[in-house]
Amino acid sequence: MASRRVVQALRGALATPPLRLSAARSRVCFQCQQRWSSVSQRQGSDRVNFPGAVNSSFTTDLNFQRATEADAMPTYRYLDQEGQVIDKARGEPDVTDDELLGYYKTMVTVSILDLIMFDAQRQGKVSFYMVSQGEEGIGVGSSSALRNDDPLFLQYREHGVFFQRGTTLDDFIAQCFSTKDDTGRGRSMPVHYGSKKHHVHTISSCLATQLPQASGAAYARKIENARNPNKDEHRVVACYFGEGAASEGDFHAALNIAATRSCPVVFICRNNGYAISTSTLEQYKGDGIASRGVGYGVDTIRVDGNDILAVREVTKAARALALSDGGRPVLIEAMSYRVSHHSTSDDSFAYRAKVEVEDWKRRDNPITRLRKYMENKGIWDEEKEKQLRSDARKQVLDAYRKAEKEKWPPLANMLEDVYAEVTEEQKEQLVMVKEMVEKYPEEYDLDIYEGGLDALKSTVEAQR
Amino acid sequence: MVAARLLRPAARLLRPSPSIRPTATFQRVSAPTASRWRTYASENGPKEMTVRDALNEALAEEMEVNPKVFILGEEVAQYNGAYKVTKGLLDRFGEKRVIDSPITESGFAGLCVGAALAGLHPVCEFMTFNFAMQAIDQVINSAAKTHYMSGGIQPCNITFRGPNGFAAGVAAQHSQDYSAWYGSIPGLKVVAPYSSEDAKGLLKAAIRDPNPVCVLENELLYGLSFPMSEAAQKDDFVLPFGKAKIERPGKDLTIVTLSRNVGLCLVAADALKSKYGVEAEVINLRSIKPLDIEAIVNSVKKTGLMMAVESGFPMFGVGAELIALTVEYAFDYLDAPPVRVTGAEVPTPYAQKLEEMSFPTPELITEYAAKLLKV
Ligand SMILES: Cc1ncc(C[n+]2csc(CCOP(=O)(O)OP(=O)(O)O)c2C)c(N)n1
Ligand SMILES: [Mg+2]
Repeated sequence: MASRRVVQALRGALATPPLRLSAARSRVCFQCQQRWSSVSQRQGSDRVNFPGAVNSSFTTDLNFQRATEADAMPTYRYLDQEGQVIDKARGEPDVTDDELLGYYKTMVTVSILDLIMFDAQRQGKVSFYMVSQGEEGIGVGSSSALRNDDPLFLQYREHGVFFQRGTTLDDFIAQCFSTKDDTGRGRSMPVHYGSKKHHVHTISSCLATQLPQASGAAYARKIENARNPNKDEHRVVACYFGEGAASEGDFHAALNIAATRSCPVVFICRNNGYAISTSTLEQYKGDGIASRGVGYGVDTIRVDGNDILAVREVTKAARALALSDGGRPVLIEAMSYRVSHHSTSDDSFAYRAKVEVEDWKRRDNPITRLRKYMENKGIWDEEKEKQLRSDARKQVLDAYRKAEKEKWPPLANMLEDVYAEVTEEQKEQLVMVKEMVEKYPEEYDLDIYEGGLDALKSTVEAQR
Repeated sequence: MVAARLLRPAARLLRPSPSIRPTATFQRVSAPTASRWRTYASENGPKEMTVRDALNEALAEEMEVNPKVFILGEEVAQYNGAYKVTKGLLDRFGEKRVIDSPITESGFAGLCVGAALAGLHPVCEFMTFNFAMQAIDQVINSAAKTHYMSGGIQPCNITFRGPNGFAAGVAAQHSQDYSAWYGSIPGLKVVAPYSSEDAKGLLKAAIRDPNPVCVLENELLYGLSFPMSEAAQKDDFVLPFGKAKIERPGKDLTIVTLSRNVGLCLVAADALKSKYGVEAEVINLRSIKPLDIEAIVNSVKKTGLMMAVESGFPMFGVGAELIALTVEYAFDYLDAPPVRVTGAEVPTPYAQKLEEMSFPTPELITEYAAKLLKV
């Protein structure tokens, strides 16, 4: 009885909708009518014209499609393992020798930085670190084909991207050591970089959350691009993630929303074979991550991540595609092998054989592949290699030693940024801090904080 | 002053204190208990066991007696669990019952909920409860409510477990305490073990309980050893839900606390005794939902003073609930307004010193207790 009364009351309410609502409703109905009529079934047609599948032909074969029966999607390559151009007819790539040398130097520097920071964690200098060994080519190659102001969302194993964008070793190590120069102000774990200057959103620990956010940022770009008649200034968003993260629901949500809202976003999956201990054999059953892109109506390509020139070329094409038709998502699956342990908290020999890793290291990796190509071209040799490695090592160690001695962020920093504005309570607390350290100067050495007591005083003054 | 309550005076952050990681702090916390049972002197009688091993034993025993129990989660099988809680279980029970999942919390939690709705008794391990955020819809909107909404025809005997709360040096997104979140949901039961006995008894009870239960463990406790009584070593040992444990009796002050904070409060209680000669009663809640309000009221009747210690954020938290209940049921026995010591009102900082000061410490608890006691 009671529920019937509620239903009647509801009906009564619906019977007299406010004018705006009814107008909106009729518009919706008009739209659906249009959609329906455009897909209605023609007499004798050999195609299905259901609203959910508009170009499917009828068949009398009862046949389930099986992923395993179809060939795997091919992997695009430019260079073979020996660094030779495979399709000679296509000629040389459109990169200058200087650019090549730059990419090479960046990759080598990243690999040396990784070794040194990994050891720094072992020595207790930083609490945590993650290495990108084996995946330098994906980061450097892809970002070399993007505009430097295309906004980026990263996962954590994309160090090459930062250096290709011009991040310095000082910037990078400052984040790991949480010094005054850390733009994240010491609030995040090591490796969780972000850079406003380089248009990189701060890395989040929660897997895959960056994917739908990238769709959203791309939607914002789409609107901005539409307003800007200068096509050269149009931008895309690029979003990096691992094949493990692609099992999260957010991956699927991101591709579908980007496809349906036509967002200019390039999704770049690093498929490195592992998600901590979970191998791709247990991560998914289909044809990698690429096959899913097709399912969501997203233009998709698979590329050899150890071939930096192929990654570069593919990303360049993907970027152009993402800007076409007012915006559309593109998916790149870059294949590689995670040579390193997952992080400093992991010992990967508990779940994979050491020989497997050694084998990959020796057989193929992005650094040696580009090196061979440059040697074949006659622009690189053993001498230069030695010099580069010793220079890079020295630069990393210099930056490392500098960061070790660097001051910490200003003291007032600890109460800021919880909200966009400092709250009244926090202002009061900062005053208390100031009074305390002034009262007991021999107890508190503020020299380690940037600006020391003076900075604290002027912040308090400014907040008054 | 509101500020002092919500975000503890910042001046405190500058107090010179020995620099210790939370883990190190904690080693000290368990030391008094541990030293009492240092040896495996006799065959029977109490023995030492880590919280990790106690959880492992609970899982193994329940899987042994109940073929409907299985474990699913990220890295639980081949890798023996991200924190090695499921060590050896794959070898012992096989891959049909100890199952690795792809990296999809909503996927494997959803699978577990589905299996529970179909009559199995899954144990769903989250690598940490921070990652359970990806699956919280399955926990709250499905696991907790389906039995009710189906008119009681769909069982949901499921155990969600994993580390909760902050660990060392893992910053804002990996350092949250979800006790209050899950504790507020009708249909869920929630427990938070402190010692090895708690861990074993509560996890076994959770697996046996016909309802969805969240077992909120703590990463910093996994490696600590506690005595296991003879009874607790048996495979029929379970602890009842909704029963708190008086870890330390006392007549002057009631400290109500849970999980890792129990250890901190015990250290604080010792300090209160040696410094001021007062006896604090430390109540280990063990179970957050249902909550043993009777134990709190009985204690407050004796002491007249109440303090809640927990490591969630200050507002709308477990401490708030404990104090509200105390005021509702024992107002007339209170000699002073109750106080709470909680985590600070800030996303957990990465910096070691700031992290240390974002959560209760024995010193902070002692200080607040002394103020409340006016000693
Ligand atoms: C929601 C969530 N679940 C689990 C984790 C723990 N975790 C961190 S990294 C990682 C593996 C990710 O693998 P993949 O995406 O393949 O990236 P890779 O490490 O191989 O670069 C896992 C499971 C997390 N950070 N967030
Ligand atoms: Mg991976």
